[in-house]
Amino acid sequence: MTGLNAIYRRELAAYFQTPLAWVFLTVFAIAAPSLTWQTGRLFETGRADLAPLFDYLPWLLLVLMPALAMRAWAEERDRGTLETLLASPVALWEVAAGKFLAAWTVAGLALALTFPLWIAINWLGSPDNAATATAYFGALLLAGGYLAIGQALSATTTNQVIAFVLGAAACLLITLAGLPLVLDALSAWLPGAAAEALAELSALSRFESLRRGVISLPDIAYFLSLIALGLACAMTLIDARRGGGR
Amino acid sequence: MILADSLVKTFAGKAAVDHVSFEVRQGEVLGFLGPNGAGKSTTMRMIAGCLEPDGGRALVAGFDSAMQRRLAQTQLGYLPEGAPAYPAMTARSFVRFCLRARGFSGADLDTACERALDRANLGEAAHKAIGTLSKGYKRRAALAAAIAHDPPVLILDEPTDGLDPNQKDGVRALITAMAPDKAIIISTHLLDEVEAICTRAIIIADGRILADDTPAALAARSPDGDIRSAFRALTSMSGEAISSRPRRRAP
Repeated sequence: MTGLNAIYRRELAAYFQTPLAWVFLTVFAIAAPSLTWQTGRLFETGRADLAPLFDYLPWLLLVLMPALAMRAWAEERDRGTLETLLASPVALWEVAAGKFLAAWTVAGLALALTFPLWIAINWLGSPDNAATATAYFGALLLAGGYLAIGQALSATTTNQVIAFVLGAAACLLITLAGLPLVLDALSAWLPGAAAEALAELSALSRFESLRRGVISLPDIAYFLSLIALGLACAMTLIDARRGGGR
Repeated sequence: MILADSLVKTFAGKAAVDHVSFEVRQGEVLGFLGPNGAGKSTTMRMIAGCLEPDGGRALVAGFDSAMQRRLAQTQLGYLPEGAPAYPAMTARSFVRFCLRARGFSGADLDTACERALDRANLGEAAHKAIGTLSKGYKRRAALAAAIAHDPPVLILDEPTDGLDPNQKDGVRALITAMAPDKAIIISTHLLDEVEAICTRAIIIADGRILADDTPAALAARSPDGDIRSAFRALTSMSGEAISSRPRRRAP
């Protein structure tokens, strides 16, 4: 675990040693409340809850998480520091987990920046705080899933822009899969069981029950599986380089 | 301490390393010489465990670099080609990161870090971000990270590339000082460096070993007793084959 700790500390420091984390947190701190107020019309709903925030959060996360994840492996490959890591007696899972946990910490900080909204809602009315806490937990899991997918795709290239585009496209796909519009369109082409299976794979539908305050084990298992899948893909891609070389 | 046993590595159907075998014992400094693309870095990367061989095996202090990778890498300090490092980190924080990844902590980490920075002669540059340092200081920061845990085996890919003459002398003196306790492989294009610090030299071209001898014995192979002439004579036949080798992808 010493390797994981070292990688986590380095990665977390790297986010704040460059403008990336500051820009990311600033954009998130402006965009999340703006969407909640302007588009979600928080104060016009007449309800003391953060539903407008969680309506738009998946869309914000699917753009911002790939931006946070894009540097994970692409930067290491581009700078040649991947070779330094591969020559260290650190297990690859420790490197992948350290990178993921550091990015997830920054994502958690970003979500924490929306807590003033939660405080304001409590001041204005009596929201169901347990449901709001569950929704935040769901948002953290959703962010983790997007990050893991983004980091896996970051391992496919040396170019961070390509890593971002691939990551955002993949996150969009697993989000859109659950929308009725997409399911209706696909049901014409796919057998009913396949369309249902696709809906089950949707991150949006899994997030939906958590954002309503319902803790369901299958939903949590889904997001943890998504994270595990992303990390496993990243490790497989990097380990394949050990066999394939430059 | 280091054993390369019939190492083979193939890229896109072309053998980059073709049954390379040698041994390096404690106290030896082996100079790895060859034209660009000869297979020097690929061989070193296989020994360092960054790359798995397609055939043969590499042992570091008795541990197989592929099958017992982490055990082999605990015994190893490796300076990759180009001396990569994280530009936003200071040289000191980079060395501390490498030590922490190897399980160092507390006073041991502090002592090892300061000793490595001192041996690499980083001075005030240790406090500066690596991205702001000159090429020579960047290389010394990466060198400090490679030697910080005082490993018995060192593999240094072009350790003096980009250094000014004084810095080159400093690094050569450091390698010579460390040599009695360690097995060291350095790759270099500088033939005077081989004569200055290596106890043995291997000339490699097209992935095959062409000569393995002491620098003096290699020099004696040419009519004018010069290692440059010997190198040119041995590698002149490989130029066309090397230039036609397909480019390999960056990691």
